[in-house]
Amino acid sequence: MTLPVVGHLWVYLSASPLFWLTATLCAYLIGHEAHMRAGGSPLVNSVAIATAILITLLLATGTSYETYFEGAQFVHFLLGPATVALAIPLYDNFAKVRRALLPIGAALVAGSLTAAGSAIAIAWALGADPVTVKSLSVKSVTTPIAMAISEKIGGLPSLTAALVLLTGVTGAMMAAPLFNLMGIRDWRARGFAAGITAHGVGTARAFQVDDVAGTFAGIAMGLNGLATSIFVPLLVTLLHL
Amino acid sequence: MIGALAALLLCQLIGEVLVRLIDAPLPGPVLGMVLMFLFLALTKAKAVEIRATSRRLLSHLLLLYIPAATGIMLHFSRIKSELLPIAVALLVSSALTLIVTVLVFRLVARLTSAGDGEGSKP
Repeated sequence: MTLPVVGHLWVYLSASPLFWLTATLCAYLIGHEAHMRAGGSPLVNSVAIATAILITLLLATGTSYETYFEGAQFVHFLLGPATVALAIPLYDNFAKVRRALLPIGAALVAGSLTAAGSAIAIAWALGADPVTVKSLSVKSVTTPIAMAISEKIGGLPSLTAALVLLTGVTGAMMAAPLFNLMGIRDWRARGFAAGITAHGVGTARAFQVDDVAGTFAGIAMGLNGLATSIFVPLLVTLLHL
Repeated sequence: MIGALAALLLCQLIGEVLVRLIDAPLPGPVLGMVLMFLFLALTKAKAVEIRATSRRLLSHLLLLYIPAATGIMLHFSRIKSELLPIAVALLVSSALTLIVTVLVFRLVARLTSAGDGEGSKP
């Protein structure tokens, strides 16, 4: 093949949804394989690896995120039905959930306030821009709710989305080693804390380990979205941010 | 599999419509999950197909976050200019939230004798 032909081919490929959809699936498979080869270690996170591969590829080829998303949106779209699918493990484990209503309520209030309060306090103390502080305050909430709250309180919704994903990956990587260190063996508590801290990414990670942990993480993700949409606007008003 | 996908999408669709009608502060898919739960609870349906498709979808849930996560490339410059506050806030706040939530959950579970929730092994 001559160089111009390759060039033409690339012009076609780099702009086609087919290429970036395929790249997304392959990047995930590489990340997943690395995770498995590392013995399922939480520190080898498939989302982090796949994202690094894709961003490197996009930057190296000068492809915009918008072009990438035209292909990747088909994967992104499945988040909706996947959220509905959380009803299945919730239904299967409902007896366990009903028995734990009090711990769920208490941990929700404590966790939700800690997530927002500590993020605001630390970022503010270290001199972050007020817009960044506000965008950080909802970092533990699932993306659609986080973006809506962020917009309401004067944050930057798209920056919020990036911080939410960073938090998700960070939290999902830290959770298991931290809980093992603390000697926590209760799958409900482990899952719930992962869901409060790391929303959907924490939930996805919890399902890899244990069905009960995944169920409680999913509940925590939903409840934290609601709790934060009440707490954070109040906090922002109280603190005159 | 197609029937199950249709059922999942139908719940999401009704959820999205309801959220807009009652102006609820939660995403449509979350309400869709509640609807699917109610459907299973009320009909006691075995829903073999929905069950299998849902489980398969959930087993690769991490894949579905990759397109959104890649969007972080749009914010590199802001994150770089405020790297210290952002990095410290993310790391410390995430660790604190994990610790506080798990401890409060365990404490209240013990106080209310809501069981120890231990599975076969952690």
